[in-house]
Amino acid sequence: MRILECGDAGLLVEVGDLDEAMTVHAALTAEPLPGVEEVVPAARTVLLRLAPGHDPARIAAAVRELPLRPAAARPAGEVEIPVRYDGADLSDIAAATGLSEAEVVAAHSAATWTVAFCGFAPGFGYLVGDDPRLHVPRRAESRTRVPAGSVALAGGFTGIYPRSSPGGWQLLGRTDTAVWDLHRDPPGLLRPGVRVRFVPV
Amino acid sequence: MAALEVLETGVLTTVQDAGRFGHARYGVGRSGAADTVSYALANRLVANPPGAAALEVTLGGLRLRARGGVTVAVTGAPAPLHVDGRAAAMNSVLHLDDGSELRMGTPERGLRGYLAVRGGLDVPPVLGSRSTDTLAGLGPARVAPGSVLAVGKPPPELPVVDLAPDAAFPAEEAELRVVLGPRDDWFTAEAVHTLLHSVYVVSDRADRVGARLLGPPLPRARTGELPSEGMVPGALQVPHDGDPVLFLADHPVTGGYPVIAVVVSADLRWAAQARPGTRLRFRRAG
Repeated sequence: MRILECGDAGLLVEVGDLDEAMTVHAALTAEPLPGVEEVVPAARTVLLRLAPGHDPARIAAAVRELPLRPAAARPAGEVEIPVRYDGADLSDIAAATGLSEAEVVAAHSAATWTVAFCGFAPGFGYLVGDDPRLHVPRRAESRTRVPAGSVALAGGFTGIYPRSSPGGWQLLGRTDTAVWDLHRDPPGLLRPGVRVRFVPV
Repeated sequence: MAALEVLETGVLTTVQDAGRFGHARYGVGRSGAADTVSYALANRLVANPPGAAALEVTLGGLRLRARGGVTVAVTGAPAPLHVDGRAAAMNSVLHLDDGSELRMGTPERGLRGYLAVRGGLDVPPVLGSRSTDTLAGLGPARVAPGSVLAVGKPPPELPVVDLAPDAAFPAEEAELRVVLGPRDDWFTAEAVHTLLHSVYVVSDRADRVGARLLGPPLPRARTGELPSEGMVPGALQVPHDGDPVLFLADHPVTGGYPVIAVVVSADLRWAAQARPGTRLRFRRAG
């Protein structure tokens, strides 16, 4: 574990891989550290934003003392998401993985996905799966507009666009499930630790 | 109930408060007033509790009419101020009668002005905050001509000062202290030296998300992609073949380009007040 300064009110905890990052995030959620206002988990890091007047060195020392247990066996929730697998990049994904389109759909809907972290936009979750065949790169050129509800793949993650936005992930299909709804509490369906299954419709 | 009727807004006027806390792990940024010092001063002048919603006015141009008598204070970028055509002072407590018109001109220095009203702006909060996050599209709609903003119930405390001087606003040049990293090791030693000994000019592409800076390139020591990681305001993010971006209040929660240095909290307000054309120098903090 490396702890890097991020200005005078932030610490970036860098670990070896996504599993470790999820473990650190889970530990910080289970036992919030005093002086830490905000925790931002990501692929290899967890950012801590500190309240004014707290000594970063002290908080860094506390982070090193955190009891780190592998991510809790009990997920933070379970969600099923119905998907119409008719995405514009389905054939490119098939070509990149060496699978047929039907096999891509079967693999994506058979896999168990877990929300690793959020980012990019409110409610956008980066989901990691248990099928390494589904690792595809981002598109060479990003689209200026990806419709809301698009289910996409890139860099070992799957994700769902919460609202229409530019995007460079490969489009697998679409869902009518709103992953971000301000009238719901909490508004985000895909929170870190939530387990997800995709159901073809 | 009292209200402010907006007649003109200039380039961008938004409702802002102290920010949206506790939702970063769901991809929701903090947003909030870009210059937190001017914002806090405006609220203090009218004896509002910290965190009351106020207006953030970019490069002036705001004109509004009081509906009912209200007490306001305007802080931030020094600009000519008029109430019913008569000059009024910034950083002071102003009483507007029902129907009175307040006009903020173009600031001669700085970028953002703040107008706090006693009782705060009573717009519906979203996820605990009344800030407009221009990147995420969260919070109150942008203020537009015709907007009528309700004013909340005045707090029991009364204003205790009439006038509170603010620090002098830098004119064409500002010095910002930075802490190197977290990814300074992605850059050559020359790049770090260049950053600390050159002038970077705020380009026209400057908004609440961040300011794109023009200046000498900052070459990388390593190639490859950085996995996306959490970002903070004040971060100087350097895209692969692009100009550095200095992140402000509505910065993305995560980003995939390395951050060479981060402006210290105390100097963030000057980063937020640097208008296009401002020359920035970065100096190592400590």
